[in-house]
Amino acid sequence: MSELPINAGLVLAALLFLTGLLGVLIRRNILFMLMSVEIMFNAAGLAFVLGGAKWGEADGQVMLIFILAMAAAEVSVGLALILQMHRLFKSVDSDVLSIMKD
Amino acid sequence: MVTQLWLIPAFPLAGFLILSLFGTRLPRKMVPLIGVGVVGVAALITIITGIDFLQHNTAGYFVEQHLWTWFSIGSFSPEMTLHLDALSLCFIFVITFVGFLIHLYSAEFMKDDKGYSRFFAYINLFIFSMLTLVLANDLLLLYLGWEGVGLCSFLLIGFWYNDSVDAEKNAYAARKSFLITRIGDTAMILGLFLLVKDFDTLNISTILNEAPNVWTANSSEAVWAAVLLLGGALGKSAQLPLQTWLPDAMAGPSPVSALIHAATMVTAGVYLLARTHVLFSLAPSIQLLVAIIGAATLFIASFSALAQHDIKRVLAYSTISQIGYMFLALGVGAWSAAIFHFMIHAFFKALLFLAAGAVILAVHHEHSMFKMGGLRKKLPVVFWTFLFGSAALASIPLVTAGFYSKDAILWYSFAGTNGSVWLWLTGIVAAFVTSLYTFRMVFLTFFGEEKTPTHYKPGLAIKIPLIVLGILSLVAGFIELPHNFGHFTPFSDFVSTTLPPVSLLANPAAGETVLQVLAGVLALVGVWLAWQLYIKKPEPLRQFKYGSGAGLFRFLHDGWKFDQLYDVVFVKPFVWLSKIDRRDFVDRIYGAVGFFNVAMNVVFSRTQNGKLRYYLLGIGIGAFIVLTIILAL
Repeated sequence: MSELPINAGLVLAALLFLTGLLGVLIRRNILFMLMSVEIMFNAAGLAFVLGGAKWGEADGQVMLIFILAMAAAEVSVGLALILQMHRLFKSVDSDVLSIMKD
Repeated sequence: MVTQLWLIPAFPLAGFLILSLFGTRLPRKMVPLIGVGVVGVAALITIITGIDFLQHNTAGYFVEQHLWTWFSIGSFSPEMTLHLDALSLCFIFVITFVGFLIHLYSAEFMKDDKGYSRFFAYINLFIFSMLTLVLANDLLLLYLGWEGVGLCSFLLIGFWYNDSVDAEKNAYAARKSFLITRIGDTAMILGLFLLVKDFDTLNISTILNEAPNVWTANSSEAVWAAVLLLGGALGKSAQLPLQTWLPDAMAGPSPVSALIHAATMVTAGVYLLARTHVLFSLAPSIQLLVAIIGAATLFIASFSALAQHDIKRVLAYSTISQIGYMFLALGVGAWSAAIFHFMIHAFFKALLFLAAGAVILAVHHEHSMFKMGGLRKKLPVVFWTFLFGSAALASIPLVTAGFYSKDAILWYSFAGTNGSVWLWLTGIVAAFVTSLYTFRMVFLTFFGEEKTPTHYKPGLAIKIPLIVLGILSLVAGFIELPHNFGHFTPFSDFVSTTLPPVSLLANPAAGETVLQVLAGVLALVGVWLAWQLYIKKPEPLRQFKYGSGAGLFRFLHDGWKFDQLYDVVFVKPFVWLSKIDRRDFVDRIYGAVGFFNVAMNVVFSRTQNGKLRYYLLGIGIGAFIVLTIILAL
């Protein structure tokens, strides 16, 4: 097995994370925001796996499994909330929710 | 017996917690059951403990129960320890037993009040605090109880703070009592600091044992400690110059006046001085000051009582005066006589307040004695018990308890090594005046023609405490007879295990019997004079009162104008200063703090726009900044 290009991997993870963050910040559609959050999760997971590989420890992969489990749970809650939002506001625009500040 | 000691304060505390948390939700019948019951149980345990204690009571005997260490800072670690000796046993007996009778009375007296459960919650808390005060092994724990009773006193004086007529007056009286006793409390806490500085502990037994070794007699530390502790006692016990709050404290319900402002709390000062008697023995000049303050107070207060209209104010001044007698006894080193008078006074003064409360209830909340009269036939039980209590207060010779306790004080103030003829003379003149004002009160209230119709008959819960206390006011004195009556002195033998005996002059200028006869005759003359002046020939006195003597009556009625004096010397200048100093520099600083907060509030509330993406941006930027900082370091 050849040497893993850690730096390249980390750059990929950073790019993925930034993509996700930008997606969350720019998109107003709440579904897309949820998807962007998933991308950020996976970027973090990738960084963990890379770290685990570099030091030859299983911890990184364990963390990835945690992240996947949590992401699954988060998506189920998130989708339920989005459904509810769609029902109440007839919209998936996150800015519509700003009326809840009062 | 050690194991049950903690139960005595625990029961009233439990009563307070139950009533304050669930009081309004409990059925109305349960409230007195809990409120009175817990104190009854505490009284029972006290009596059982007391009987057990009496069998072991030898010199220096005491029982301690360590509960837990309160806190520990360096070498200073005050403990929660209960300490029972002869002195504290006397006090807890009076607190729980008389307290129980007064609770029983309140169950009927306060029956129709809106704040029924609130009343019992406060008064249970008071019993708990007072028990903490007298059972404390540590001056800091004592101070906790000391402040606790002050708080309860404040709450109960202002109990009718939303009364339709007197709300303003009641709240004012509560504030006044709290503020004036606070002056004393401040002195006391300074005294405690001084003790901590030199002894590194506030454990009472340790301080009392070590004080003679650490401090020489008359050293400045000993004098300061005694002065500061005395300051605390003066405030709590309403002695000169801090006596002005007690007459106003009568704004509270009558059972409160009986329990807090006659029987127990106001005698906390007497307890404190008796408890720390070693410190006062080290500062003889301050001990003399105690005697002089006591004598001056009893003199001034007894004359003030002579000119009052309000039956409760007569009793309030009389309480100040009787505590003056106790201070006189403490000042001449007659510790056991002071405690004896405390106990007898608790019986008869509680009785007088309770009976006065019943009278006031019967005549439609009328307080003025001049509008009462002729109640003898209408309220026979109240009349007879009130008469017994008055006889004890006036110390009618031989048959009343008050005679024996007051006689002991007068004798020691005359024949003790620290006594003097002047102290005795003040005491005996005031004793005559006491008898005069007491029977003036009796004759005005119960004799003569009826001026206000009665509409109320006291029930059993009011009658039983009156009768029990009435009997005690007569017979309780027989547990301590004067020396010339034979050697029957169980009470002073009992407290002598804690308090040193009084030292007498080798050959006093007059015999005890001569002084007793004199005191007895003066008391009876006082009764006769009151009868002459108020029932037989009231006309000359009335002319004097509204004619040439009006100024004098006004002066005495206002308690020698102390309130007006303090108003001019302290209150007015303070109010004036605070008025001209309304916009000072310090206020600006605090004003700026407030302004800054408001401004920041305006700025930050803009950022709460409800747009999720802005929040996320904020989080992102924040995380970025934090990461940059971490990586840069």
